[in-house]
Amino acid sequence: MRLDTTSSSAVVEGDPTDDELLGMLRRMIEIRGFEDEIQRAFTKNLVRGSTHLCNGQEACAVGACSALRPGDSMVCTYRGHGAVLAMGASLERTFAEILGRETGLCRGKGGSMHLTDVEVGAYGSFAIVGAHLPIATGLALAARLDRTEAVSLCFFGDGSTNIGAVHEALNLAGIWRLPVVFFCENNLYGEYSPLPSTTPVEQLADRAAGYGMPGVRVDGNDVVAVRRVVAEAVARARAGEGPTFVEGLTYRHRGHSRTDPAKYRPAGELERWLEHDPIPRLEALLAERGVAAAAIAQARADAESAVAEGYAAALAASAPAVELIHEDVYA
Amino acid sequence: MSEVTYKEAIRRAMEDALAEDDRVFMIGEDIAAAGGAFKATEGLWERFGGERVLDTPISEQAIVGASIGAALKGRRPVAELMFADFAGVCFDQIANQLAKYRYMTGGQVTLPVTIRLANGAGAGFASQHSQTVENWFLNCPGLKIVVPGSVADAYALFRAAVRDEDPVLFFEHKGMYNAKGSLTDDAPPVEIGRAAVIRSGEHVTVVATQLMRQRAERAAQALAAEGVEVELVDPRTVLPIDFETIGASVDRTAHLVVVQESPLAGSWGATVAARVVADRFESLDAPPLLISAPDTPVPYAGGLEEAWLPSEQRIADEIRGLLAG
Ligand SMILES: Cc1ncc(C[n+]2csc(CCOP(=O)(O)OP(=O)(O)O)c2C)c(N)n1
Ligand SMILES: [Mg+2]
Repeated sequence: MRLDTTSSSAVVEGDPTDDELLGMLRRMIEIRGFEDEIQRAFTKNLVRGSTHLCNGQEACAVGACSALRPGDSMVCTYRGHGAVLAMGASLERTFAEILGRETGLCRGKGGSMHLTDVEVGAYGSFAIVGAHLPIATGLALAARLDRTEAVSLCFFGDGSTNIGAVHEALNLAGIWRLPVVFFCENNLYGEYSPLPSTTPVEQLADRAAGYGMPGVRVDGNDVVAVRRVVAEAVARARAGEGPTFVEGLTYRHRGHSRTDPAKYRPAGELERWLEHDPIPRLEALLAERGVAAAAIAQARADAESAVAEGYAAALAASAPAVELIHEDVYA
Repeated sequence: MSEVTYKEAIRRAMEDALAEDDRVFMIGEDIAAAGGAFKATEGLWERFGGERVLDTPISEQAIVGASIGAALKGRRPVAELMFADFAGVCFDQIANQLAKYRYMTGGQVTLPVTIRLANGAGAGFASQHSQTVENWFLNCPGLKIVVPGSVADAYALFRAAVRDEDPVLFFEHKGMYNAKGSLTDDAPPVEIGRAAVIRSGEHVTVVATQLMRQRAERAAQALAAEGVEVELVDPRTVLPIDFETIGASVDRTAHLVVVQESPLAGSWGATVAARVVADRFESLDAPPLLISAPDTPVPYAGGLEEAWLPSEQRIADEIRGLLAG
């Protein structure tokens, strides 16, 4: 296992340019605003079932997805609003899906836990823990068979590493040296259980050794660090050198789902993590690099208005026609 | 006697089962300090401690497999799988191991394992968190499957499941967790495999469980106002199913209606209809009426899911049609 400790204030070759970083900042603010809007909509009963928000984890989604190129694929979990938006799914259609509108990404059939936009390479959000790691491996297998050099990126949580499907997927990708990047978002909790109560190793990246692939741990709240580590893993994958297990250390600001008040957290923990909020950190980095304050403010303003417009348009869309129930069962 | 929710009845049944027998323990994800994803196990870990109420990692195969292993040595595990849909993850442990172990070993082992699963649609949890999963296991002799549809049955069937020497899948309908009903302290035990006649009537036998039983009950009230008397039967156990009680009712009413929350293909309702037609064709004045959800996954959007689930209105209308037919 390797701990990535390079500081993001020193520019390294392959790093995003200032403009690119401003775009990443905007995306992260959009995701944050999106999640806040969904939380409000949920409390107004406009969202059904459950929601699992990724506030605090935006740097993982945006940093990792920024290392991909068209033709690559990404799969994620029910906590995947951010990852799907980071791939470039439309704010309006993503909102519309969660609001159960016909214009939604999945025509209102999947909702929050199943956001999918194949057109942008977001092949699915999965609600059965661990189920998508074998699928990510299959996307990589297709790339191998098609000789496309495409890479498959797979997000999953710390708690997921304890389910059987994960073991099978990592082993298969390891033995076949498939072009997958397994990105574990370690937010320290699986539902209401702190990681040490369910998992006998402290560093999840250590698990990679058992599958013959490199394991790298990175500060998941530092978007540049995430980007560097994933870009390196993607380069290895494209070069035929096989999969990588990346552990991004991060924290979810909200509870597990819905209205979970997260009382199981020790006092002060959230406050400590808020000091490492990835969004202000990126703003500070941009300022340090000499990017004008006005440009940073503009990124924020653009993000906020895009979220507001997307939400309003989604709300105005109509509910799916009842006949849709019978469509899409078979091709 | 007290008025309690369906969830509280299950919680009490677990508490009483743990208190009654030291061999009983609970195992599942976030069931201890967190009190369960649906808060059904609240207070149990506090009262019985960490050797009786065990939290596990996210590992359904290990939850069921470890329950089987402990049962081999005389323990009586109660495994919680949270959303019933997650049974897919440990399907092998349930369908191939738990169900067949005793049979394949010529009766050398006894597996008093209870598995709790939260079933059902209606709350917008989409395709992978809304199914009525009991149908997946109907084809697995060796299992018993109970689907309590009232507060009293939830309590009594849980107690019966834990006392049973065989594996029991205990399906709770999550849309009923807050439904209220009365629970008496000295309620008679309910036998697994016995149906209950919820309402007597002479014109038509309606068989339904859980959420559909509630809706069928309201439809029956509406029909009663029109002079149609429904006999409502809740099988309560769908493996093995009480064909005797259902059949005896059909002998009286000459009409069979099954209402279920799942697609028709491979369902317990289809089995009931097949058996009634095969065994007492002469008793029927009309073909059985099967009211089911469409043969599609459960959709997310509110209007779609509502239309997917058989409604009280649809149940009443189709029964009217059958009797007018
Ligand atoms: C097979 C399965 N078991 C249990 C669950 C219920 N569940 C949903 S999320 C979750 C915790 C997952 O934790 P982690 O992998 O750390 O992801 P996070 O939610 O923290 O992003 C659990 C247990 C599930 N969805 N699927
Ligand atoms: Mg987690």
